[in-house]
Amino acid sequence: MNAFFETNIGILILTVLESLALIVPLLIGVAYLTYAERRVMGAIQLRKGPNMVGPFGLMQPFADALKMLMKETIIPTGADRILFVLAPMITFGLAVVAWAVIPVNNHWAIANINVGILYLFAVSSLGVYGIIIAGWASNSKYAFFGALRSAAQMVSYEVSMGFVIVTVLLCVGSLNLNDIVLAQRHIWFAIPLFPLFIIFFISGLAETNRAPFDLAEGESEIVAGFFVEYSAMSFALFFLGEYANMILISAMTTTLFLGGWLSPIPFAPFTMVPGVLWFLLKVMICLFVFIWVRATLPRLRYDQLMALGWKVFLPITLVYLVLVAGVMEYCGWLPHA
Amino acid sequence: MNRLGRMAWGLVLWEILSGLALTLRYFFSPKATINYPYEKNPTRARFKGEHALRRYPNGEERCIACKLCEAVCPAQAITIEAEPREDGSRRTTRYDIDMTKCIYCGLCEEACPVDAIVEGPNFEFATETREELLYDKAKLLANGDRWEPELVKRLELDAPYR
Repeated sequence: MNAFFETNIGILILTVLESLALIVPLLIGVAYLTYAERRVMGAIQLRKGPNMVGPFGLMQPFADALKMLMKETIIPTGADRILFVLAPMITFGLAVVAWAVIPVNNHWAIANINVGILYLFAVSSLGVYGIIIAGWASNSKYAFFGALRSAAQMVSYEVSMGFVIVTVLLCVGSLNLNDIVLAQRHIWFAIPLFPLFIIFFISGLAETNRAPFDLAEGESEIVAGFFVEYSAMSFALFFLGEYANMILISAMTTTLFLGGWLSPIPFAPFTMVPGVLWFLLKVMICLFVFIWVRATLPRLRYDQLMALGWKVFLPITLVYLVLVAGVMEYCGWLPHA
Repeated sequence: MNRLGRMAWGLVLWEILSGLALTLRYFFSPKATINYPYEKNPTRARFKGEHALRRYPNGEERCIACKLCEAVCPAQAITIEAEPREDGSRRTTRYDIDMTKCIYCGLCEEACPVDAIVEGPNFEFATETREELLYDKAKLLANGDRWEPELVKRLELDAPYR
């Protein structure tokens, strides 16, 4: 049996099975994240949220999915048909593809590659294409404005995110996500690199176009932004992509700063708990904060958004990077030095 | 210096943190939602809901076709036609309310000298077609028969303030 999984076809089957084992829980996670968001936002606004479909409204995501499937997909006459259909697929596909390198437990990643973090960063940067293509192909003013806004926003925040990641890499000395988590055995990077942790999380909010950085959607100004013209399943794909991206950013935060699958207290009863559970718990806490922040903060003005990205985050991350490098060089803490 | 100080203070994100603390407190506080189809808010005695034409206890309809309601109706939703009946009393032959025009101001109820047309407590009369909202006399009288016990109670409660 083991010999079979050494052959090419065996490896293929194994990879497909592994991918399914990751994608199916991810999709269920996305479905229930929409539900969780409605419930949490409801609770914060003194409402109850969806509680009618099934016990505690737990079947609501499936009801919504069914509704989406039954609707008609409308392609505007002025739209570029191929790109219009392609855009949501790109958005959603990229959100799922990035998960290949995330280690949910020690060596539990579909592809435990040496340049994991680079891959992750590259894939999340590509996400902007889905949005730009959607805005362009819709042939509509609002969609185009939304696309421009979110493209500019995502590019700006990626810069400071990049510097944060570089700082983390400096402390680890490896691009492998597994090594990054293992380097946090003694102390999570969230503690020594606390400001960067906060900046990474806020940039993550901006990167996923979530409130208070949801200018791209901006319901009150440009209707829904880049996906105004989308309906039914193509709309649902954008929606799923956004939520999958939220989960992805949470997973990245967990991996880079919150010690991935490692238990927060490194002795007996806590280390017995499987790492996957710790990983899930940390991701869920991050997601809760995503929703919590959305229910708390009003949307930023566009110039404020850009000023925050370029005038606050970029200098801070730059200075912090140099500072960390200097301290580590001075104290001789640099890995592989 | 002051400006620098303010900038440094801004980096602490104090306002955002206190905002988050506030929303977290709301997250755990009891919810204001009423589970509508299963729980309902009580309605007041003056609640202006679906219209009804009332009858006297002996079954005689109250409306005397004075057309005051038709005259006062600001939305011109009421249409009345009247003739003397065989026994010589003046009664309506047609009493229509276009519920799609009605603005639920309650002036018809105020104008009525015999408490015939009233707005009842019912607010759940949504229909699937527009035509169903064009109420005729039979429908209004049926409403009156259906809601009479409640209507009497409401009139009694409201009487001291009339």
